Amino acid sequence: MLFNLLSFTKRNTFLIALLLLVSPFMQADWFALNMTRGSTDISNEVFELHMLIFWICVAIGVIVFSVMFYSMWAHTKKKNPVPAKFHENHKLEIAWTIIPFLILIAMAVPASKTLVKIYDDEAGDINIQVTGYQWKWQYRYLEDDVSFFSNLSTDLDEIYNLVPKGENYLQEVDEMVVIPAGKKVRFLITANDVIHSWWLPAFAIKQDAIPGFVNTAWTIVDEPGIYRGKCTELCGKNHGFMPIVVKVVEQAEYDEWVFAKKQEAIKLAELTTKEWTAAELVERGESIYEVNCVACHQTSGQGISGIFPALAGSDIVMNNKDRNIEILMEGVQGAAMNSFSYLSEVELAAVITYTRQSWGNAEKGDGEIVIPKDIVDYKEPKI
Amino acid sequence: MSAVIENHHDDHDHGPAKGITRWLYTTNHKDIGTLYLWFSFAMFLIGGAMAMIIRAELFQPGMQIVEPEFYNQMITLHGLIMIFGGVMPAFVGLANWLVPMMIGAPDMALPRMNNLSFWILPFAFFILLSSLFMEGGAPNFGWTFYAPLSTTYAPPSVTFFIFSVHIMGASSIMGAINVVVTIMNMRAPGVTLMKMPLFVWSWLITAYLLIAVMPVLAGAVTMMLMDIHFGTSFFNAAGGGDPVLFQHIFWFFGHPEVYIMILPAFGIVSHIIETFSRKQLFGYSSMVWAMLSIAILSFVVWAHHMFTVGLPLAAEIFFMWATMLIAVPTGVKVFNWVATMFRGSLTFETPMLFAVAFVVLFTIGGLSGLMLAIVPADFQYHDTYFVVAHFHYVLVPGAIFSIMAAVYYWIPKWSGNMYDERLGKLHFWLSFIGVNVTFFPQHFIGLAGMPRRYPDYALIFADWNMVSSIGAFLFGFSQLLFLFIVIKTVMGGKKATDQVWEGAKGLEWTVASPAPYHTFSTPPKVD
Repeated sequence: MLFNLLSFTKRNTFLIALLLLVSPFMQADWFALNMTRGSTDISNEVFELHMLIFWICVAIGVIVFSVMFYSMWAHTKKKNPVPAKFHENHKLEIAWTIIPFLILIAMAVPASKTLVKIYDDEAGDINIQVTGYQWKWQYRYLEDDVSFFSNLSTDLDEIYNLVPKGENYLQEVDEMVVIPAGKKVRFLITANDVIHSWWLPAFAIKQDAIPGFVNTAWTIVDEPGIYRGKCTELCGKNHGFMPIVVKVVEQAEYDEWVFAKKQEAIKLAELTTKEWTAAELVERGESIYEVNCVACHQTSGQGISGIFPALAGSDIVMNNKDRNIEILMEGVQGAAMNSFSYLSEVELAAVITYTRQSWGNAEKGDGEIVIPKDIVDYKEPKI
Repeated sequence: MSAVIENHHDDHDHGPAKGITRWLYTTNHKDIGTLYLWFSFAMFLIGGAMAMIIRAELFQPGMQIVEPEFYNQMITLHGLIMIFGGVMPAFVGLANWLVPMMIGAPDMALPRMNNLSFWILPFAFFILLSSLFMEGGAPNFGWTFYAPLSTTYAPPSVTFFIFSVHIMGASSIMGAINVVVTIMNMRAPGVTLMKMPLFVWSWLITAYLLIAVMPVLAGAVTMMLMDIHFGTSFFNAAGGGDPVLFQHIFWFFGHPEVYIMILPAFGIVSHIIETFSRKQLFGYSSMVWAMLSIAILSFVVWAHHMFTVGLPLAAEIFFMWATMLIAVPTGVKVFNWVATMFRGSLTFETPMLFAVAFVVLFTIGGLSGLMLAIVPADFQYHDTYFVVAHFHYVLVPGAIFSIMAAVYYWIPKWSGNMYDERLGKLHFWLSFIGVNVTFFPQHFIGLAGMPRRYPDYALIFADWNMVSSIGAFLFGFSQLLFLFIVIKTVMGGKKATDQVWEGAKGLEWTVASPAPYHTFSTPPKVD
């Protein structure tokens, strides 16, 4: 039989069968096996530390297991029918207490040094407030008064396997964080609802975003490029769908970007005083709804029974414009509905109008629309 | 009056009652041990089925089988059921069966409480599992239930979850008190503390840990209950509360809990290695001291689960060094097992195979745990699959392999029958291969950047997730073989001798196989 297997043609079939069997392993991403090397001094240092402790652990494992495997091979009942009688040996026991202790110190000292470097909370050249929301990130550039949300931009059809998945599946956003190369950037990390965690492997930054707390982290990235990260604290349904993308650019390009963002903000402010028609608001509101509301209230406006209330056919959405605005501005105490007051007046008016005009709400309810001025009025201090 | 006493005396040799009442009203430590073990087996299969759903969803990128919302319910229930329903009751079951027999006691010290502590458990898990059918679904905030995701943002079923945890806690505390009282008061003359079998020692320490931390868990869930229903703000930042406080309280319970799930395994494995090496354990007293130091250190390392919450530098360094210190006593244990095997006269029956695999794979889990203790590196490891791989290595081929080893080792004593050695070995190899194919690649997808608790992932992780899922199905379905082997052994098979194993030492091997309903009604003589 064995001889047959080795004969020329049969051997080929055998080899092909073997290859087919292991091929899934051979095609596997061998590069996706280790920590990202890192793009900053700190992250490189962390990588080196990781490799150091990794190899120390491998060495310990190899030594301990080889003694054990040797004994399993050499000291079987067959080969060694009479067991030895020894037990307890103080010298040996002291040695195997002291030696690991020294190895531990050898690991802990460099680790503590790196940690001290990481724990530098001096202000950066640029300070960005990062706020976690269910399920998106908000970035506020404190010096430049630039602020925006960053949402997953992967199409739902890709997630539900209706179309092929793109190269950056689940690692792409509609708006990237832009930072200049070579500058110290400090991130002030917090959250608006539940705990999130802002992780960017290439910078070796992982800081929990906790409501009521501001955690800091900093980085200096020399190499321009696009760096991708993720949320790493379970934050509800779409925890796996709120990636982080940082674009590092040269200073000049950064300045241009900041300027463009400011222009955008001015244009948006002008829209507040424009005369709006229902159709214009609905059109604008739909995209805002898709980004901010759809995760809970669903495209159909039906919500999810028992957790997220339906907007379609809701009495407030159909007939109570004032309460409708109030909920968006203040949130609902004790429920998952947060305040959305961080959206612009135009965005709020558009999204409220969209919900009041969709799913047959306009026909069944009063059909009133909300214009940006209504939001401005709400914000005015009440006397 | 004297007639009553005589009657009572006559009663002493009664066997088990007939029918279902035997199990409902029983105060016999062996019956209650059996109940615990079967209960935990059932929970192991339910929690395992949930793991199968999780791995099926992760088989390929994209959402295929479940929605993210349900996926979160699965990871939450899988964790809770395996920890509180699988591992812990299995160890309590083993303690019930073995502690009295090992110390030469006739039964547990508090038999009625023993009955109660078991019989409230099914209700706890009935409540927990019923939440799957409630409006809004089952708890979906992970087994660590961090506030405010588990309070303000939780589904309504969280209240049922809280009551369920309370019941589990009450059961554990009663079980632990029973173990402590039994060990402290009912040892046969001559069984001094430093002569107790290591399994008894490991359970004595475990029981103290349970008594210390289960009330802390009860406190945490009670504070959640207050936040949800009574308007307090313990964990609500908007009301002046502190979400990080929850994590401190939780992990003050959670880290000793980790050792609650591994200390009895240390005891079991020490016995099995000693028996199948036919050689005295290398260092009995150093094993005891190692367990004690691990238990004490477990109270000062909790914040290593929280390195990324923004602790001050001094705290990070303290918890890093304290955590690394645990490697010393843990190393002592591993070295002791290896030294016990060294120049022994080894045979590899199924219990020994599981025990040897335990030593190797638990050590791998310990080493990855050491890596996780290094704070700067932990910033990269934290909440990735590296952590998932780490704790599954200490819990599956760690705690669960030790439980399987214990079942194969003692089932001849329990049932009077030998299990089928060929099938046992087959079960071992399938489990061993399955567990490694499942969890070994997870170290690397974690390092490469896949966070845990993700229902979907980037394409770069696709291949190894598929490998991991294949391993998980192999491991999962092999456990049906285990179920078959256990049932087959209970039903019949080759009769076991009293000593069962050539190298077995200890009081439990001096009684008949199967162990009579009442053992050591008069205490044995121990030199």
